Amino acid sequence: MDFMVFQYPMISVQACMDGVLLGILFALIAYGMALQWGVMNIINIAQGDLVILGGYIAYFMYLYGIHPAWGVIVAPIIMYFVGVGLYKLVINKVVDRDLFISILATFGISILFMQLMNFAFGADVVLANSGYGTTFLFDSAVVLPNSKIFSASISILFAICLVIYMKKSKLGRAIRATAQNSRAAKILGVDTEKVYAATFGINAALCGVAGALISITFTIHPYMGLPYTIRSFMIVIVAGLGNLPGVALSGMGLGVFEEFADYILGTEFRIGAVFLLLVLILVYRRFKLSRKREYLK
Amino acid sequence: MSKNIILYAAILVFGITAPFIFPAFKVQLSILCVLIVLALTWNIQGGEMGYNTFGNILFYGLGMYLCASVQVGMFFPLAEWTESGGEKTFVHTPAQFFQGMAFGLVVAAVIPTIVAGLIGYAILGLRGHYFAICTLGLGVAAGEISGGIEIIGAGQGFTTPPFPDVGGLEARGEFFYLLSFGALVLTFIAVRAIYFTRFKLILNAIRDNEDKAEAMGIQTMKYKIIGWMISAFFCGLAGGIMGGLVGYIDSTDVAFDGREMGVFMVLMAILGGKGTLWGPVIGATVFHIFKEGFWTFFLGWQYVALGVLIVVIVIYFPEGIMGWLREKFPERFGETIDEADRKAQVELK
Repeated sequence: MDFMVFQYPMISVQACMDGVLLGILFALIAYGMALQWGVMNIINIAQGDLVILGGYIAYFMYLYGIHPAWGVIVAPIIMYFVGVGLYKLVINKVVDRDLFISILATFGISILFMQLMNFAFGADVVLANSGYGTTFLFDSAVVLPNSKIFSASISILFAICLVIYMKKSKLGRAIRATAQNSRAAKILGVDTEKVYAATFGINAALCGVAGALISITFTIHPYMGLPYTIRSFMIVIVAGLGNLPGVALSGMGLGVFEEFADYILGTEFRIGAVFLLLVLILVYRRFKLSRKREYLK
Repeated sequence: MSKNIILYAAILVFGITAPFIFPAFKVQLSILCVLIVLALTWNIQGGEMGYNTFGNILFYGLGMYLCASVQVGMFFPLAEWTESGGEKTFVHTPAQFFQGMAFGLVVAAVIPTIVAGLIGYAILGLRGHYFAICTLGLGVAAGEISGGIEIIGAGQGFTTPPFPDVGGLEARGEFFYLLSFGALVLTFIAVRAIYFTRFKLILNAIRDNEDKAEAMGIQTMKYKIIGWMISAFFCGLAGGIMGGLVGYIDSTDVAFDGREMGVFMVLMAILGGKGTLWGPVIGATVFHIFKEGFWTFFLGWQYVALGVLIVVIVIYFPEGIMGWLREKFPERFGETIDEADRKAQVELK
């Protein structure tokens, strides 16, 4: 336990700003999850592993002398094809089945990816150094690495592009139609199989962007995927499906919560705090819903 | 019925004599017993009740830590024990070891049961995938948190008391085998007793349609909690035994090992056949033989193999071995088939 936060108020400002910048990244991943949950009714446990895979793409560009920021463009392109391939191989067989089947199948994929990444890239914690320097605010009381600001702005840019794409393009309309009613969409001539593949691809591409940004800003490690899955799941259930401002806000809220948990409880309890928060949110949700049910009686 | 009694007697005799017939496989057989216990208990939730949990690993890990802590803490200061790590500053006498083990196993079974009752009230109201993810979160959170607590060894692990100097390695193997086989027999008797009661029918009603079951006047929450408490009791017991058998407890790699045990128990029950009495037993045996037989060939690649195995079983074999047998030989399961109906179905296909 460390009560620095209460003694030095500037640390709270630092934690809030860090948390918001981090939360925007979480919101980007959660947006992908909400998209495929809404369209295909699948909860993808391998979401976090797709993020880490995207991060390794950026890291490899950095190793070969290319600036890792280009990973933001390369990673989503590669990850789109990874996502479509994954859909064709596994996901299309679990789309209409019981939700638990999809959870377990993607859990298997998650273990598979984890271990393959461990073989391919080693079990070290790595970081792609962007060399962006830092910004000092309030008489150097708050230190913000420029890479965090960069990653947050890129995430916002991608999110805006995606929202416009979903609104305007033909594929976007098809995706939204399938999410509303897949049978009706099929009758009206939408190739839902293609839409599902594209949705999963877009989700993977978003994960790729987020992963590339995470490898620049924070660190990546083959086994770090599951917490990202849990975070995005949490953000989606707090915000609800298809509520974009909600996703952004709850993402930032989660980021701030994590930073404070980090300062107050200590870094070793950070992931534990995230998972406990998930349990608490679900329990709160259950009691809220059960009260509603009693009211209906 | 008499055929069944002979079958059970044969299995019992084989189980007790197994370590003396195959002395080289004692540890493997003990692990098999623990795996079967875990699969049987998971089946109460996942198979009978339709609540697919990833969280039974919580009770397993809890039991493991509790048993070892009690066994040490009864005679020596716990903090100093964990601080000294593997070095043997304190040595249990045989009497102390067995007393500690006995008392530790009781605690390891009882406390998780209470915990299951408490958290069960909060989270068993969740449905479907929310429940699955919530329990997944619980298991991981428990691992992360126990990895930060100093008194039980934090990240560096907890060495359980070594087996006292009576009879050497052979005696240790036999002791833990008989212990885990005892736990298996106990679990099987309990699960089998449940299998022929109204309680099991209620669990099945919850699985098939919970709202309707509630409308029929069944207090579903009560039965769900009782079901989970039964699972927790045996999971904790299995964890306590496994802790002593492995000899070393690590928070995320041994105790709250969601990536191994947590998935294994789900996989074994599904492989054998969800919602059947013998399914988990068969599934666990097949899985363990496969695991031990082939893991060595995939050395280092075992998680890749595990991932592929999960995907293949879940997608292509969700009914399991018992489900497949049932489809092949329905008469053996006491089902009569209307020949005309079957032909009509074949024509439909």
